[in-house]
Amino acid sequence: MNLQPLRTKEDLQQLRDKTYETISLRIKDTNVEKEINKYHILICAGTGCTSSQSHKVRKKFEEETRKRKLTDKVKFFKTGCFGFCKLGPIIVVHPDKTFYTKVKLENVDEIIDQHIEKGQVVEKLLYKSLKTNELQKTMNDVDFFHGQNRIALRNCGVINPEDINEYIAMDGYQALAEILTKKIAPKDIIETIKKSGLRGRGGGGFPTGKKWEIAASYEGDKKFVLCNADEGDPGAFMDRSILEGDPHSVIEAMIIAGYCINAHQGYIYVRAEYPIAVERLEIAIDQAKKAGLLGNNILDSAFNFDLDIRLGAGAFVCGEETALIKSVMGFRGEPNPRPPYPAEAGLWEQPTLNNNVETFANIPIILRKGPEWYSSIGTDDSKGTKVFALAGQITNTGLIEVPMGTTLRTIIYEIGGGISDGNELKAIQTGGPSGGCIPADLIDTEIDFKSLTDIGSMMGSGGMIVMDQSDCMIDICRFYLDFAQDESCGKCTPCRVGTKRLLEILKNISNGNGEMEDLETLEKLCHDIKDASLCGLGQTAPNPILSTLKYFRDEYIAHIKEKRCPAGVCNGLLQVVISDEKCVACGICARVCPVNAITGENKKPPFHIHQDVCIKCGACIPKCPVDAIYKR
Amino acid sequence: MENIREQKEHKIVEEKITITIDGRDYKVPKGICVLEAAQMVNIEIPNLCYLKDINEVGTCRVCVVEIEGSRTLQAACVYPVREGLNIRTNTARVRRARKTAVKLLLSEHHRECTTCKRNLNCELQNVADNLGIRNIPFTGERKDDMFYDNNPAIERDYNKCINCRRCMAICNKIQECYVYSPLNRGLNTLISPAFKKDLNEVTCITCGQCVIACPTASLTEKEHIQEVWNAISDPDKHVVVQTAPSIQVTMGEPFGMPIGSFVAGKLVAALKRIGFDRVFATDVTADLTIMEETSELIERLLHFPEKLPLLSSCCPGWVKFAEHFYPEFLPHLSTTKSPHEMCGALSKTWYAKKYGIDPGKIVNVGIMPCTAKKYEAARPEMESDGYRNVDYILTTRELSRMIREVGLDFPNLPDEEYDEPFDQYSGAGMIFGATGGLFEAVLRTAHKLLTGEEMPVPGYEDNHVESGLKFGKVTLADKTLRIAIAHGTGNAKKALERFKNGEQKIDYMEVMACPGGCVGGGGQPILGSRDHKYISLDYRHNRADALFNIERGKKIRRSHENPRIKQIYEEFLGEPLSAISKKYLHTSYIPRGQHPYLEQEPLYKGYNEIN
Repeated sequence: MNLQPLRTKEDLQQLRDKTYETISLRIKDTNVEKEINKYHILICAGTGCTSSQSHKVRKKFEEETRKRKLTDKVKFFKTGCFGFCKLGPIIVVHPDKTFYTKVKLENVDEIIDQHIEKGQVVEKLLYKSLKTNELQKTMNDVDFFHGQNRIALRNCGVINPEDINEYIAMDGYQALAEILTKKIAPKDIIETIKKSGLRGRGGGGFPTGKKWEIAASYEGDKKFVLCNADEGDPGAFMDRSILEGDPHSVIEAMIIAGYCINAHQGYIYVRAEYPIAVERLEIAIDQAKKAGLLGNNILDSAFNFDLDIRLGAGAFVCGEETALIKSVMGFRGEPNPRPPYPAEAGLWEQPTLNNNVETFANIPIILRKGPEWYSSIGTDDSKGTKVFALAGQITNTGLIEVPMGTTLRTIIYEIGGGISDGNELKAIQTGGPSGGCIPADLIDTEIDFKSLTDIGSMMGSGGMIVMDQSDCMIDICRFYLDFAQDESCGKCTPCRVGTKRLLEILKNISNGNGEMEDLETLEKLCHDIKDASLCGLGQTAPNPILSTLKYFRDEYIAHIKEKRCPAGVCNGLLQVVISDEKCVACGICARVCPVNAITGENKKPPFHIHQDVCIKCGACIPKCPVDAIYKR
Repeated sequence: MENIREQKEHKIVEEKITITIDGRDYKVPKGICVLEAAQMVNIEIPNLCYLKDINEVGTCRVCVVEIEGSRTLQAACVYPVREGLNIRTNTARVRRARKTAVKLLLSEHHRECTTCKRNLNCELQNVADNLGIRNIPFTGERKDDMFYDNNPAIERDYNKCINCRRCMAICNKIQECYVYSPLNRGLNTLISPAFKKDLNEVTCITCGQCVIACPTASLTEKEHIQEVWNAISDPDKHVVVQTAPSIQVTMGEPFGMPIGSFVAGKLVAALKRIGFDRVFATDVTADLTIMEETSELIERLLHFPEKLPLLSSCCPGWVKFAEHFYPEFLPHLSTTKSPHEMCGALSKTWYAKKYGIDPGKIVNVGIMPCTAKKYEAARPEMESDGYRNVDYILTTRELSRMIREVGLDFPNLPDEEYDEPFDQYSGAGMIFGATGGLFEAVLRTAHKLLTGEEMPVPGYEDNHVESGLKFGKVTLADKTLRIAIAHGTGNAKKALERFKNGEQKIDYMEVMACPGGCVGGGGQPILGSRDHKYISLDYRHNRADALFNIERGKKIRRSHENPRIKQIYEEFLGEPLSAISKKYLHTSYIPRGQHPYLEQEPLYKGYNEIN
């Protein structure tokens, strides 16, 4: 890409107008009746759709169009995550905005034949509403997007993240240019952010403007801006999607942050497990440098700011800001006691501002549209929108962005399409390993930072796992505690040893060896770990247990007193058995059993499973031709 | 000449702030932590990982307190005081959290108190007792991470480690050997050398500072008590014992005597009662070391200025440090053996011949303030005529265990005299045991050797730079000697780096690996009991002061005036740096590399070939 360094705001405006021309057909409402002579096909190139082969689909499209000499008529673009990952790969055909789901390699010819050459929509690839059974043609028609308000994800699915011009066309870098050319005082910018009510999206919810103000107030030889892209909650991928779909919004915000706190160097700390995000960031930084938006004398304003990427090796604890700082410096990622806070002494003991990806992604648009616009969205406590990763027993898994104050009911039943297989909702887990389980009867909670904390969970970075009757709450807790113990850095006692002890007590209960006094021990230990741990990991690790003890105590008691797992999950309390009536004595089960626990004579039913040998792996269950084997 | 030692650095804190502890207002200096502030007002907040100025990381979470406005409890050892801070150290929440932290530590600790080396001297034991812990409700996994002792000096029992990280802090921050780092995560976290190597495979200098720092028996000296008992019980063996200069002021501590008590006479009495055949003072051969090293200094000063600076070599920890990290300076190390090796060499040669004893039957045992001496005694080159110079080294801790085993009432023993011929020593030999002492001793003799006159108080400019490292100038006759005194190998490293950069010229440098010199050695008594729980650098000064004060009262204060030294030269060695001296009293060094275990098993053959 041939990029000329931009010198002034006018240069930027010119570039914007020029590129806007080319991408306008994706944005403007075009009269589709008219014959179309130019198509833009956007193909999701996020990690989700890439895993379902969207890159191969794109390649095939490109080859086909070359073969058919349609290259002038159709252009293909990578784009960021649409959020509807369940139905990937997703492609959108502009200008008529047709939203195709589950596009396979074999559908490529169909789309070109029908849609591009004949102008007819390929109906079988359209989304069919679960509620009305109607085909929904454009993104705005699709149920999944009703109720969503994409602010942080505004450019995902609209622009090509590997082309800075397209970001600029969407008014990107305008906020930065405005600030640098007009030399707006940092305190005024910080005031704007404070007024917007934006709170940190990494989990803590600390007011962003205040954070910037504090970081700006400390003097240092060399100050730093850090971006926390070490997204570690199991199942969460909002930061990854932003970096993959709109890296420049983060870069622009970091430059502005650098200007506000007088820092000239920034680092983006991103997990090495996010190769696509890293690649897009590298491309974006490179292009921003070439365009003169990073480096020395940005837009001729005498302001310098440079940006580098630091790769994390995937330790959950490195999402904690002091551990992250250690890791950026090249040390083992372990948290340090605070105070001093990073704003005072962070990277190399210098004042450091650290924000999450999603927080940064909100900054440019807030500065462009004004704090009043942003604070008009959301609740009294929390302004704006929040991105959630929907997972678990829900029909539409994926990424959604909703205004603060949206009820859990809207998210699950309107956007998420309800519980999969029509089952009944049991609980919603938010906040990842640090959060808690919200019972189904609190489904009308309007979510924001405060309401979630009040009901014993937390916002966290936005993971949302939906559970139904087939999920055992003790097993869920066991999973999270296993995770916490695995990811504990081992520095402080309560987290290093305490989470292990919690895990062991849970394992005991799930194996049927629990006693009622274990519940008291659990509860006490949970509170002490919360109270005495060094960092957020330990302080929040007991939350899943505390919330389930509060809302699902019955289930614990069933495990302990009745030695029964109501959800039928805890292997220790289950037996795999063969129904005497159904068994046809074919002997298949005995052959698949890895531990030779099944014996019997061929053609002389029934076969038996020896419970003392059985490891409850369940391998025999699906192999039985007459469904005679089951867990009880 | 007065003692050339660092002035204790007093933090001059003018500014005082008001804080509230448990409802009472106090004025405390700005810049300290809550734990220190509470100590000042007589509240002892229990703690395990905290070591003032060395390890302030807040890992054990035993010192938690409630701080107004803070959602969670805070570790007092790392929370800085500020104006108006409201602290509660005694609430139900605090008490419970502290107990839980200790219970959790105990739940993974291998509790073998009655057979443990640190029984009754263990900080974990004390904290558990102070907090009144009577049961441990957690019965989970207790890992077995094994016991590592494949080296002559230090044993590592991972099962008693409480992950306080003190060893790591003192090794990295003070000694700068970087032996320890955290491995693994969660309950599997270990504070250990990389890849869980044994200490002999890494850059450990066996100084034993980690042993001193350890609150439990996870790091201990390797005991040689039984071997020594065996030798004593063997009627065929002639067991001689030598006592290092510095332990004369520390041996009283394990028996409740005040820090700095001078107990040389009681020490001799105890050793004789234990059953040693002869009790020698290593101070005598310290005088000899001074003679040899001073002669070397003067030789280099006059004839081989390119071989300056001369670096002292009497500290085996420092020697190993140089072998690992500064091989280019090995030719600068004095070739003189350390005093105890000289004593060992002479006992098996000159002494054996003089008294008609078969050197094969002599067992030389050293009582040393040092774990590195155990390692030094085991160095293969430390032999004379085929006999090991020194057979066993006991630390002061091991000796105190032997004294307790025999049941001696140490503080009330009579004072007895050392045995001939290693009985008379100068004050110069004595102050060897404290930082700056060696240099001072060398200087006294150097003056005589260079000018032929006894030394007046020399013109010494104390260019005090920083704690633990000093540079200065001394004028001897027409020569100006630029000297450096370092204690703590981290400080030696600083000095050498400055020398390499050309920032600082040095002609002679005294290095003691342990902060404070031998008085702060890794083999000195550990005071983990309730009364003495701080291993801060302060009490090392008290010990050193005792040495210097007693030295001032000595009649003979210069090594070359010691009649025993004259006798040894007349009867055996001839003169300093003579051929016999070189044979028995001098040694050589080998570079050991910074990754010893890699050199043993070359993992990257291709890499070596390329280079």
